[in-house]
Amino acid sequence: MSKNIFRISPGFEDIMPDEYKELVESGPYGKDLGVSDMGTFKELLEEHPLCAGCGLALSLRLILASLPNPEDTVIVGSTGCSALAFPQVAVHNIHSLFGNQNAVASGLKRALKLRFPDKVKDVVVIAGDGATADIGLDMVMQSWFRSESITTIMLDNEAYANTGGQESGMTQQGAVMNMAPKGKNFPKISLPEIAREAGCSYVASISPAQPKRLEKMVRRAILTAREVGPSYVQIFSPCPTNYKFKPQETVSRIKQHQKEGHYQTKEYINTAAQEYLASIEEGKKNE
Amino acid sequence: MIEQKVVAPEQLFSEAEREEQFITGSEAVREAIKRANVDMAISYPITPQSESMHLVGDIFAEGYIKEYFRGENEFAVMSSVSGAAMAGVRVFTATGGPGTLRAFETFPTWSGARLPIVCAFLTRGLNSPLTIQPDTLEMAYMLDTGILMLHAENAQDLYDMLLKAFIIAEQPEVHIPVGVFADGFFVTHTRDNVKIAAEDIKLPPYDPNMSPVPAMDMETVPVRQMRDPFVMKSNFISYAAHASWQQEVLAAGERSRKHIDRLLGGLIEVENEDADILIMASGTAVSQSREAIALAQAEGLNVGLVKIKSLRPFPAEQLRRLAAGAKAIIVPEFNRVGWLSREVMTAVEDTTKVVGAPRVFGGMTMPPQLILEEIRRCASE
Ligand SMILES: Cc1ncc(C[n+]2csc(CCOP(=O)(O)OP(=O)(O)O)c2C)c(N)n1
Ligand code: SF4
Repeated sequence: MSKNIFRISPGFEDIMPDEYKELVESGPYGKDLGVSDMGTFKELLEEHPLCAGCGLALSLRLILASLPNPEDTVIVGSTGCSALAFPQVAVHNIHSLFGNQNAVASGLKRALKLRFPDKVKDVVVIAGDGATADIGLDMVMQSWFRSESITTIMLDNEAYANTGGQESGMTQQGAVMNMAPKGKNFPKISLPEIAREAGCSYVASISPAQPKRLEKMVRRAILTAREVGPSYVQIFSPCPTNYKFKPQETVSRIKQHQKEGHYQTKEYINTAAQEYLASIEEGKKNE
Repeated sequence: MIEQKVVAPEQLFSEAEREEQFITGSEAVREAIKRANVDMAISYPITPQSESMHLVGDIFAEGYIKEYFRGENEFAVMSSVSGAAMAGVRVFTATGGPGTLRAFETFPTWSGARLPIVCAFLTRGLNSPLTIQPDTLEMAYMLDTGILMLHAENAQDLYDMLLKAFIIAEQPEVHIPVGVFADGFFVTHTRDNVKIAAEDIKLPPYDPNMSPVPAMDMETVPVRQMRDPFVMKSNFISYAAHASWQQEVLAAGERSRKHIDRLLGGLIEVENEDADILIMASGTAVSQSREAIALAQAEGLNVGLVKIKSLRPFPAEQLRRLAAGAKAIIVPEFNRVGWLSREVMTAVEDTTKVVGAPRVFGGMTMPPQLILEEIRRCASE
């Protein structure tokens, strides 16, 4: 979009809400700001109702700060805890249903291409593990098979949190959860591997305990989806409420899991994406 | 893309010269979509709808449509359709029977999101046991989804209603989806003379800036908003927002009445309205009723016909007025539940006048004699 569109019309300065004025004055649109600039600009997410210490909220803030093109990004979400934060996000975002996010995003992205053939409009799906790996898996994978130009980001809290802590396909085997009273009896779904086999050009798994790497991966995923093919990022975002740990322990818990090998930082880039990313990242260095 | 001249809707609908073609209902769908200036169509096969969407695919290949693909199932197709509509393009799809039910969760979200989607429902029975026969049972389920529902009697209606549906759906004060229903096989697979406009003209394009809710394209500010009112748990403001939004969606449906009147010549069509016995029907049951009425008239019986074209909004006032002067109201239907007779009963003052018969289902045809028997019975009472 034209940055001018964010200008408040003369005479309306007084009646616009403060948070909107702040967005116009110090929002990240068109400024190429990133995670390391956080604290210096008005973030795209604020005053969300998620629990204290929520891993999803932290991840979401970082993802939004990492968007390469927030002024032309549309986010598609799904039912779940993150959906409750979406009304507080300052880019156009869609909540449609539980699990159909990648199908909605497919139609949206193709339609935006028709309407704005000369502009980049990034479509980023951000949904929970239940929405991505269980109820919506069919539509997630089919969007990859069809090579839709969208980025799928899973906020993986290893549970259905919003409905009170049921096991999901992403829960670790053996964990006793609601609806898995004797412990989950199959392993965590290996979605990054599935994503690779299903045709994603870029796949990563990461956590908000490594904000700079997370930023790099989110950007790479979005840039890859723009030019090369679908991309997938899985972000470990634990839930203090349902896993019953203290809100201030979220990051240390992530680090502990990573140390014990339960959650690994991984990146897979296919040849075409490697060439493309190298060309733009090289270009940046030479600037 | 194929070159077509944009003309005013009225010109395409009535002023432009029309040519008569002997085509199937599925071909009538193709001819309507050819002239509808549709940006995008998404498909998934199910008998008896498949052929319609094959033909829409063909006209995509010919350059009448900019984007077309097969989705993974009906729920996904309807979801992709909503994504496309939210991005601000004119989009079309079709389904029927089990496909309708597989996609069911999406329909109230279409109207809730004020999306002007046009979908053809080419009806078919619901499993189990497996059937591909026509049956209008699925329409009963659709009545309360918030989408507008037009019911075509024949291929001509299907062609006209589809084209007009886009214009009705896209009125800024309406801006909710329209389902055009046609009885599978009886309409889709049979040939009929259909009058159609020249293929080098088309409707004006959809203008997303006329939408009462902004397109999800990051071109409209302010952006700190989500398009659908959201229910936060235990939050009075969100309860109130959601309740008023539901009323607004219903009100949008009500506001479509004048557009249906203008474009379709009314929500109903009436023949011989002063008769003692009135048949109220929709879809192909109307054609069967016409046949029965001709037989009855040959026997000296005086029977009138009310063809109900719009089920949502429902022509309750008109039906109440017509029913007041009649001795009996016969409602023949192609389903076992009798959803139309239920609807009629909610409208008329004296429900004992309503005869919910004959009903055929499971794909059976409706011999006019069955309707004639009801007419005779009512006449002798
Ligand atoms: C069709 C349907 N089934 C069930 C639900 C109830 N539901 C709401 S959120 C949710 C779980 C979400 O889990 P996940 O995607 O992992 O997100 P989280 O809440 O953990 O962030 C469920 C089952 C629903 N909204 N729709
Ligand atoms: S329940 Fe868990 S995932 Fe949901 S908001 Fe609270 S901490 Fe976050």
